[in-house]
Amino acid sequence: MRATVHVTLKRSVLDPQGQAIHQAVRTLGYEGIREIRQGKYFEIELEEGLSPERARALLERLAHEVLANPVLEEYWVEIEGDAR
Amino acid sequence: MKFGVVVFPGSNCDHDAYHVISKVLGQPVDFIWHKQTALGDYDAVILPGGFSYGDYLRAGALARFSPIMGAVREFAARGGFVLGICNGFQILCESGLLPGALMRNRGRRFLCQFVHVRVEATDTPFTQLYRKGQVLHLPIAHGEGNYYCDPGTLAELRRENRIIFRYCDAEGNVTEAANPNGSLDNIAGICNRERNVLGMMPHPERASEEILGSSDGRALFQSLALVLAAMTRE
Repeated sequence: MRATVHVTLKRSVLDPQGQAIHQAVRTLGYEGIREIRQGKYFEIELEEGLSPERARALLERLAHEVLANPVLEEYWVEIEGDAR
Repeated sequence: MKFGVVVFPGSNCDHDAYHVISKVLGQPVDFIWHKQTALGDYDAVILPGGFSYGDYLRAGALARFSPIMGAVREFAARGGFVLGICNGFQILCESGLLPGALMRNRGRRFLCQFVHVRVEATDTPFTQLYRKGQVLHLPIAHGEGNYYCDPGTLAELRRENRIIFRYCDAEGNVTEAANPNGSLDNIAGICNRERNVLGMMPHPERASEEILGSSDGRALFQSLALVLAAMTRE
């Protein structure tokens, strides 16, 4: 089973990297792009036989304790084949 | 009195801290390898600057899981003095020993320069030899030094007088222009509620001898030594 965890800075937190990319993109002449925010993305391969519920609980904990810093960042977990 | 300097893979100010303790203060000091799971009979522990674990994931995020950090946590809980400088501050925040987090600098650049910081509180074992309001000339060297916390935490830090250093101009005015990295409230250093754990972005260990351009950082280590000596006498 495969899962992904996305981590981005909270909306309320300034994202200087995203702003720099956005500025560069504008300089390059791209139109119609209002904002770019940069984040991280983790691809996670889970052991077979883990129920989607267990997998979700495990990944939520992993994201909260390790992959994201909840002071600054928010995260969301996607598990392949689990529509939530 | 014995000092310990924790060495993580990627620490690069460990020797500077060691040098100040051993040569400038003339006190016993050991390096503590991060794989150790216990701290010896240390009275003060320094988490030095550098790029532990290459700053992978986030600055300080992986060092927090080093075997030694369990012992550092216990040491701090027992009232042991812990000083985190630069990457050490980032590690303390990631570990939850200090609140908040250090984000990428507002201007995106790595900053390596001297700054002025104002001593906001002298009732910590680290700042007793300073005057309240004293302006220190200290170097910074960081890409992620932009202190951030939620409004509730900031109010608590202010109420409990836990903001120990603020970026300021040469005259001691805390202004936006004197804020090098965008830190909330110009915060350069904070302590925990019990005041035995201090984290700061500027490098006092790189400014403890005149030959290095400033010796304003020396009194921080001397304060610590003085408090420890007084405790030993008791």
